[in-house]
Amino acid sequence: MDGLAMPAAAIDQVWAWLGEVPDPEIPVISVVDLGIVRAVEWDGGECVVTITPTYSGCPAMQVIAEAVTEALHAHGIERVRLVNRLSPAWTTDWMSEAGKLALKGYGIAPPAQQVIDISGLHGVKRRAAPALAVACPNCGSLHTQLTSQFGSTPCKALYKCLDCREPFDYFKCH
Amino acid sequence: MDPKVGYLLRQGDNALILSQQLSQLCGKGPALEEDMALTNVALDLLGQTRMWLTYAGELEGKGRNEDHLAFLRDAHEMRCCLIVEQPNGNYADTMVRQFYFDTWHYFLMQGLAASSDPRIAGIAEKSIKEVSYHLRRSGDLIVRMGDGSADSHAKTQAAADALWMYSGEVFLYDATDEAMVAQGVAPAAEGLRAAFLEHVAEIFAEATLTMPPADAWMQRGGKQGRHTEHLGYILAEMQFLQRAYPGAEW
Repeated sequence: MDGLAMPAAAIDQVWAWLGEVPDPEIPVISVVDLGIVRAVEWDGGECVVTITPTYSGCPAMQVIAEAVTEALHAHGIERVRLVNRLSPAWTTDWMSEAGKLALKGYGIAPPAQQVIDISGLHGVKRRAAPALAVACPNCGSLHTQLTSQFGSTPCKALYKCLDCREPFDYFKCH
Repeated sequence: MDPKVGYLLRQGDNALILSQQLSQLCGKGPALEEDMALTNVALDLLGQTRMWLTYAGELEGKGRNEDHLAFLRDAHEMRCCLIVEQPNGNYADTMVRQFYFDTWHYFLMQGLAASSDPRIAGIAEKSIKEVSYHLRRSGDLIVRMGDGSADSHAKTQAAADALWMYSGEVFLYDATDEAMVAQGVAPAAEGLRAAFLEHVAEIFAEATLTMPPADAWMQRGGKQGRHTEHLGYILAEMQFLQRAYPGAEW
């Protein structure tokens, strides 16, 4: 066992390598910055990476799993095992500040607040849908309007800026 | 059959068939935003289907994975409730069906998040975040259509009346459901039904719609494999590829 176990620094190294694996849909943000890598550990000679899905039907998850495995192979780790963990469920609160800045630079407005408790019924009452102050990623104006609750991927909604008139994607609080 | 396998199949089949129904509207939504919403909801439901059916297959222990269970069972083996197989119809039909389903689904996921089975609780904890979006959206549209033009009001009321008899099957528990309640796996019917009726009443009042009587006769049978004529056509399209080319993969 001792011969196979890697020192703690190696775990940090694996995290750093994973920090270079881009999200396939939004390539400016890494899977680590997105907050979906939950754990990295060694089990004998096998590197076990625990990831959690963003949305249960997100088609990017399969691609992410393959990208993570490929990246670690490329860094010389031969045996990689991916574990899918559902609970606790992923939340945009786990997204790093660096990740949020990268999203903004890419033209996607990052989540505007910490996730509100949506487990209670108030979360589904029609009039209770929070009117968020979402800043336009192009001009910074808060004078924006929701166009559609759903967008091009499960994690995004559509907004438009009422000042610079640009439509933009908003990464939903989830 | 282990009642838990049966219960998991019901959850998976409800999500699967409704997802397939919504997917058929891809590119046909009445507006671009609606089209995206329909397909996003379909995608969420498909993801949830995979989690339910994968667990069902593992527990069953006969080597059937999610794909076997989705594509190689015939209508009498499907365990979805009758409401999800009702036709897309006009947009009021589609959205009333969705609203009835989402309301029940939301309260069910809330109950299952406290399940004695940690894997079921995990799936519910994941799903309820998505289902909350679904319910907020379908309730919103019911109000817009019900309290909209005379035409949209009439169509929404007609859909609400016609689909009502399919809204109660989810609360009619049989031995499988009761076994899950006894094991602390699933929530009891009474609480779910009360929460469902209260939420529908509130949204319908805002939508200026008349709620059908709570004690109306409810259609049943889907959970036991006795389906309406619609399911066969849905499966014919959904399962065609695997039936024609067994084992075909991307």
